[in-house]
Amino acid sequence: MNMGWTLAARQGARLLGQSALVAGAVGVLSFAMTRALPGDAAYRIAAGRYGYDMVDTAAADAVRSELGLDRSAAEQLLAWLGDLAQLRLGQSMVSGDPVLEEIAHQLGHTLQLSVVAWLAAMVLGLLLGTWAALRGTHWSTRWIDPACTVLRASPAFLLGVVLMLGLGVHLDWLPVAGHGEPVHLVLPGLALALTLLPGMTQVVRTRLQQVLRSDAFEFAQTKGLPLPAALWRHAAAPLALGTLAYAGMQLVLLVEGVVVIESLVAWPGIGHALVHAVISRDVPMIQGTALAMGLLFVLLNGVMDAAVQWLDPRLREPAGRSAA
Amino acid sequence: MTLAPPPSALRRALLLSAAVSVSTAMAQTGPTTNARVLKVAAPWEIGSLDPSKTGYIFTRLEVTETLVDVDASGQLAPGLAVRWAVSPDQKTWRFALRPGAVFHDGSPVTPEAVVRSLQRALAQPGILKNTPVQRIAAVNGEVQIELKQAFTALPAFLAHNSTQVLAPASFAADNSVQAVVGSGPYKVVRVNAPQKLETAAFEGWTGKRPAVQRVEYLATGRGETRGMLAESGQADLVFTHDAVAIERLKRNPRLQFHTLPIPRTLYLKVNAAHPLLKDIKVRQAISLAIDRPGIAQAILREPKAAATQLFSPGMAEWHVPGLQPLVRDPGRARQLLQEAGWVAGADGLLRKDGRPFKLTLRTFSDRPEQPPMATAIQAQLREVGLDVAVAIMNASDIPAGHQDGSLELALVARNYALVPDPIGSLLQDFSPQGGDWGAMGWQSAQVTSALESLSTTNDPARRSRLRGALSTVLQAELPLIPVAWYQHTATHSKRVGNVSIDPLERSYRISQITWGL
Repeated sequence: MNMGWTLAARQGARLLGQSALVAGAVGVLSFAMTRALPGDAAYRIAAGRYGYDMVDTAAADAVRSELGLDRSAAEQLLAWLGDLAQLRLGQSMVSGDPVLEEIAHQLGHTLQLSVVAWLAAMVLGLLLGTWAALRGTHWSTRWIDPACTVLRASPAFLLGVVLMLGLGVHLDWLPVAGHGEPVHLVLPGLALALTLLPGMTQVVRTRLQQVLRSDAFEFAQTKGLPLPAALWRHAAAPLALGTLAYAGMQLVLLVEGVVVIESLVAWPGIGHALVHAVISRDVPMIQGTALAMGLLFVLLNGVMDAAVQWLDPRLREPAGRSAA
Repeated sequence: MTLAPPPSALRRALLLSAAVSVSTAMAQTGPTTNARVLKVAAPWEIGSLDPSKTGYIFTRLEVTETLVDVDASGQLAPGLAVRWAVSPDQKTWRFALRPGAVFHDGSPVTPEAVVRSLQRALAQPGILKNTPVQRIAAVNGEVQIELKQAFTALPAFLAHNSTQVLAPASFAADNSVQAVVGSGPYKVVRVNAPQKLETAAFEGWTGKRPAVQRVEYLATGRGETRGMLAESGQADLVFTHDAVAIERLKRNPRLQFHTLPIPRTLYLKVNAAHPLLKDIKVRQAISLAIDRPGIAQAILREPKAAATQLFSPGMAEWHVPGLQPLVRDPGRARQLLQEAGWVAGADGLLRKDGRPFKLTLRTFSDRPEQPPMATAIQAQLREVGLDVAVAIMNASDIPAGHQDGSLELALVARNYALVPDPIGSLLQDFSPQGGDWGAMGWQSAQVTSALESLSTTNDPARRSRLRGALSTVLQAELPLIPVAWYQHTATHSKRVGNVSIDPLERSYRISQITWGL
């Protein structure tokens, strides 16, 4: 018990350390990258604030003096890091609202969409992969590989448009765009799930095929265990272990798709916000959104690691005993 | 092949109930219901509640009012002010407010509340800063505006959305806007920035009760999405369509398609001080090389959009019918360039003193037709031997490039209806120093004096002469080379009636819409 707590504390400390490192690195990097972009930031921010019809030198000058953009880069970065140390993310240069407030709002929407997409991809991938592995080379599974290849080659944007046209316009089953009701989650969630599905299906299928060919599984069947029971006892854990790490990695793919899909279906998420922040050179928002995404990765990685440790008895073995 | 066993009664009941619940859920939350909520889609996001930023959304949705309004014919009309008058020296304006006008929180619209909103607008970057306003005050129950010098266009400036009037309750202690409490026929129910805004008819509105009681606005940045929202009938009123979708939308029997010219012109902003563009013959040659009808047809899908002068026929007062139209004549263009000393090299490109004619044309993609239009112009200029590179940048790189002198050519879409009187835009564009979106390295004493006189005289005949003179100079010297008159597009579903599209984009006129089917 004691040993478990120590382990958890050590993990927690590692996670915190990683988070601090990521926060610093992401903040400095996104600041440096925005500084390196060509063009005058004051004009960009003025365009973001007032619309391009209204952006002129007078507006840019007003923005410059209001936001202190004439301060040196080092001064601006130090001020941001100082604020970060006090857990303050500053204010959006475009809307003037606190970055933390905006991110909290957007992150909620993005998480909602991502979780739905990720769970849908996991469930569908697990079902499809399991079915394909159990069927082996049966004719009914031959379409899976080509379908996976086509899906893999299709960008999220294309998948989104095809679903919007099919399910939204022609069949009129789902709203084409918008947010606010649960039904709005279905279409973008499905579009994102389809980007993850091929990888998940193939990993589940390969992993399960390995398990099915293993001595342990063959022995279980030889001794007369029915297939469902044999699968549950001998295949579930190795399958979960093999796919969990992959599922974690797929989050990266998910983030890439979210940026596109959110803009397509008018979803007020963090990907959409990041694109807008980059266009209008809203440095605190860029830093804030990048930070939120970075920390989310650290957190999810931590959760995945913990889940793998919990699932894998070899990793749960106390250090002392395994050394002995 | 084995047959599936017949479903048991229980299984059948479960399947049936699942099917029923799914279809009921779809019917309850699906897009085809909510019959009495008018759904509006447009590209513009709600970036902020501040009138100086995205205030136009609140005026378009008739949540807020300005002192001065504009009627269907584009003429100034009473808004929150029922009448206005100017002192004989043209320097003091007085605006009388509509009796009984109330804000959405029930508080009366007082001159003090109006003054607070206008003073705030004056302090922000924006249109009011370009007027000679000296003092705004509440005097004898009216709003009084004192000017440093005569300025006849003042009421038109008070129709701009940045001068919208908000209730005192809208402002936080630091004078930032915490809520939009206006006085229009609709009040804000919910803002889910940056994309969604819901409004409902305001019970305290003293005008005609609108047929549409609830409105849902969705900012949809992508043109593809807006097209699909219109086609599926999931939005009743959709603004700004991609040119490629226009033919399909026109054919849709469930939709009414609108296209109308708006006071916005797509033109080449020319750095007339640039060594290659200083010569008027070169600017004329560039104009003669451009195939405007081709661009209008192929890119804007609207042959009427080809510009023959700076101001479109929709700007009745400013369009000069007798003006020699801008046409395409590549032969004449080559001749003019030759007269200017440019000689074709072996590759067909022009050179002078061994140096090639090479320029960069900047444009931006906020309006999706601009980049393809820029590349069409690039190809047409190449036909007469001019080597022009296209750079797609951020819109703000145009004024920035004007300011640091690095801009050579730019394709922009200039809005002459920022205030209902184009003088607002022209005073900026043709000031003696040039304008961030207008002339660059070019000035004309005649244009400067015409604009000065226009902003101080009320005599209609004189104003008309001045406008004619101004257009003639611009057409001859081409500090800006007009390419196309912008076409505004919108669709509405046939389940709504009495829809009209405002060419000035000031209002969606929702309070006039009726329910059809």
